[in-house]
Amino acid sequence: MALTPEQKMALRKLLIYAAAAIVSTWVLAPIVLITISAFALPEDYYNLGKIIPTRFTVENVTDLLFVLKGWISTLNSVLVALITIAVSFALGLPAGYAIARYVFPGRDTIKLLIIALRMFPVMAMAIPLAVLYIELGLSDTLFGVALAHTSMALPFVVLITSSIFVSVPVEYEEAGMVFGLSRSEVFFRITLPLALPGLAAAAIFTFVMSWNEVFIASVLTLVNRTLPADILVSAMAAPDPYKFAGGFIMVLPAMSFVFIARRYLVTMWGITLR
Amino acid sequence: MSSGGSSWVKKVIPYILLAPTAVYMAVFVGYPLVEAVVLAFQDPDTGAFSLANFERLAADFHFWDALRFTFMLAVIIIPLQVLLALTVTLLLGTRFKGSDLVLYIFVIPLTISDVAAGLIWYNILTESGYLNRLLVNAGLLSKPIHFFGYAYRNMEVLAIIITEVWRATAIVFVILFAGFQMIGQDYIEAADVFGASSIQKLRYIILPLLKPSLQTALIIRTLFALQVFGVVWILAGRDIPVLAGEAYYWQVEIKNPNIAAAYALLIAASSIFVGWLYVKLLKPEYLEERR
Amino acid sequence: MVGVRLVNLTKKFGKVVAVDRINLEIRDGEFIVLLGPSGCGKTTTLRCIAGLEIPDEGRVYFGDEDVTFLPPKDRNVSMVFQSYAVWPHMSVFDNIAFPLKIKNYPESQIKERVRWAAELLKIEELLDRYPHQLSGGQRQRVAVARAIVVEPRVLLMDEPLSNLDALLRVMMRSELKKLQRRIKVTTIYVTHDQVEAMTMADRVAVMNAGRIMQVGTSEEIYNKPANLFVAGFIGSPRMNFFDATVTEKDGKLFLDAGDFELAVTKGQATLLKDYEGKTVNVGIRPEHMYVKERAVPPDVVVGGPLGGVIDFIEALGSDTILHVNTGSKLLLVKIPGSYKAKIGDKLEIVLDLRQLHVFDKSSEKALF
Repeated sequence: MALTPEQKMALRKLLIYAAAAIVSTWVLAPIVLITISAFALPEDYYNLGKIIPTRFTVENVTDLLFVLKGWISTLNSVLVALITIAVSFALGLPAGYAIARYVFPGRDTIKLLIIALRMFPVMAMAIPLAVLYIELGLSDTLFGVALAHTSMALPFVVLITSSIFVSVPVEYEEAGMVFGLSRSEVFFRITLPLALPGLAAAAIFTFVMSWNEVFIASVLTLVNRTLPADILVSAMAAPDPYKFAGGFIMVLPAMSFVFIARRYLVTMWGITLR
Repeated sequence: MSSGGSSWVKKVIPYILLAPTAVYMAVFVGYPLVEAVVLAFQDPDTGAFSLANFERLAADFHFWDALRFTFMLAVIIIPLQVLLALTVTLLLGTRFKGSDLVLYIFVIPLTISDVAAGLIWYNILTESGYLNRLLVNAGLLSKPIHFFGYAYRNMEVLAIIITEVWRATAIVFVILFAGFQMIGQDYIEAADVFGASSIQKLRYIILPLLKPSLQTALIIRTLFALQVFGVVWILAGRDIPVLAGEAYYWQVEIKNPNIAAAYALLIAASSIFVGWLYVKLLKPEYLEERR
Repeated sequence: MVGVRLVNLTKKFGKVVAVDRINLEIRDGEFIVLLGPSGCGKTTTLRCIAGLEIPDEGRVYFGDEDVTFLPPKDRNVSMVFQSYAVWPHMSVFDNIAFPLKIKNYPESQIKERVRWAAELLKIEELLDRYPHQLSGGQRQRVAVARAIVVEPRVLLMDEPLSNLDALLRVMMRSELKKLQRRIKVTTIYVTHDQVEAMTMADRVAVMNAGRIMQVGTSEEIYNKPANLFVAGFIGSPRMNFFDATVTEKDGKLFLDAGDFELAVTKGQATLLKDYEGKTVNVGIRPEHMYVKERAVPPDVVVGGPLGGVIDFIEALGSDTILHVNTGSKLLLVKIPGSYKAKIGDKLEIVLDLRQLHVFDKSSEKALF
């Protein structure tokens, strides 16, 4: 059965769309399913005769948050993430600017070092860090976790802010200086506003990185747990609906934030979106 | 670029801007690294230098299991992910209508933590999970498939593989896709015009030009694979030991920081070793100056 | 080697109609140039011929074969891309050999043909080098060598000279044309540069906004532009345009331009008959206008004179372009050699009536 070129083209199109549909379903279906489980009425969930629960409730989530005090670890996660952003940006932003704008001896070595650091298993350092924290009084504190998260995020923040600043044309800064602004005035009044969208996206990704991190958080805390640490330790003992409610709470903010920042996939990973 | 102030100040500014970061990393990575070495080589009772911790590790079958499983998982999962990521890269490369949407969707797992991913697939694969419900109710199975529990360790490995492929392929994909976009559209169209079939295009044009990205993706993915933890712990607990899992166990549950530090050192050492190996064998081209 | 036929070719990108029902017949062995400003659809048309775009409507024929939906690799065409698209990871030899290798030519033949193509393009010593070691001009030659090495049915070129510096461009123009004459392949060449088009083409297809405005030899396009667009696009400096009303006086027709009046020839009057009382567009090229006191070539049918004041002088050395203000109009006059004058000087201009063009104001079509 020989196909005309027109038919071959149509077949190829069909195969492409079929593949796209399969890939999309493969990614989305599990997320949809855990959302269903999180909100399913436990009676429906435990009724194995039904393939998909049809009756829903918010009680799994509210119970997890308020009865089981899940809101505390959720809040802890938020605090840790915010502190991580604050510290890593306070340190990393100037470093990123230095790499972007200045040419100095050792620049290439530093760039390589940062890339190497990104690949180093910083999480493993949480073990000795736990011991050190005891002496420093940071043991089982949110601030301690945030500092550790910062060491994980810093290389990333330096590299990303550096590429964001590179994308702001030097000519704008030079124009500012020609018209009388000092170097730091130029930074705050010209560069920073232009870089703000990209920096906001970088902050969002840093937030997600900290929010999702589990090893360091579990090792460094006992009582003041972040959400992933809490789930890791207690989830598997809890009844299924609470497990999935916890999973849902973990997934929702991260997905929403990245959806908001999706345009900045360019800066993050160099992918150009048309 | 003109500016006020002496040129001495100008020369020093980049170093001043970089200094806080450098100090921070030295303190939070360098210092603990040293401490890890100290702890690992320290006898827990006497505090003297000793190899007792490593001897204990070598005698513990969990250690050898952890080593085995960590590398086995990497060896199985990574090729699967590279294949899948490459396929999706080429698929999206045809730039069909709606490919932007599929791109966003495929990248979503990057935002999902390993713990959440574990719960997501637990939800599907558990006895009362959706897979079993579907198959049993459709009459294809008489009894549910067991993915979890010590008796079903092989299935646990399968569950981990599925979950990791689902969760972390996007990491490889993102690197490959960025690299693919850097291949000029013209290079590929020229191959089309001059007669190359899809397979020939892949072999002679796309894969060679994608090599640097493939190398980068492989390095990064392998290094992450050595740290695998959350997915395994949620789905299998200690049934399937892995290096990071054992480190956690000894630190938090047994409260023996020396053994835990030994594991941490091992993870660090194997990461450095793998990185060195890749650089030696593959000579990543991005390290070389290109035109 | 075949002729190419485009029938009602249409291609849209979203709401934009890039190619709008194009009909064109290209003869076997012809060197035709698609000329037009950027965005006119010439590159999209070329890509439809290559198979890199599939038209929304219409057909592409190579000879009698309908290739509209055929993938590029099955069409047996070659293309020289604007960016050359010389693969960076392959040597020059491998780049040129690629089309042959894909088609499973035997090794010995591959070597032979690559050498042949490299000699034609004068790049034999570069065969072992890699693209990043070559200059832009050298890479361009590699791209051309690769395009001719397997005898394609149609050779397509997308602005191949636009990235070269001026001197190289001039040299490559003649080289490409000579090459085409030698291997006699049907060639479709896209450019926005009218000098390239005029010097290289057997025929030129002038395009604008997705449509073909006129197809003809360079001579036809220059001397007999079919519409306002072609008249204004071809020729540098641009043709002078002004409005005039067709008036009748003593049984003769005149073009009344306000500042001046032009008597027309008998032949032209016949064509203007239906426009009496109406306003038309008049065009005359700067090189067909003369300063009255200077020698005017004897065969010129003199029209005018028009009086004006010099507004600006462009002294080019070989020629001089005078910007002359006639009162309400600014006309450019191109005269050979240098001309001693100052801004503000008064002068009288005459023109060659044989080279006068008149266009219908609404349809923009040329009456003559």
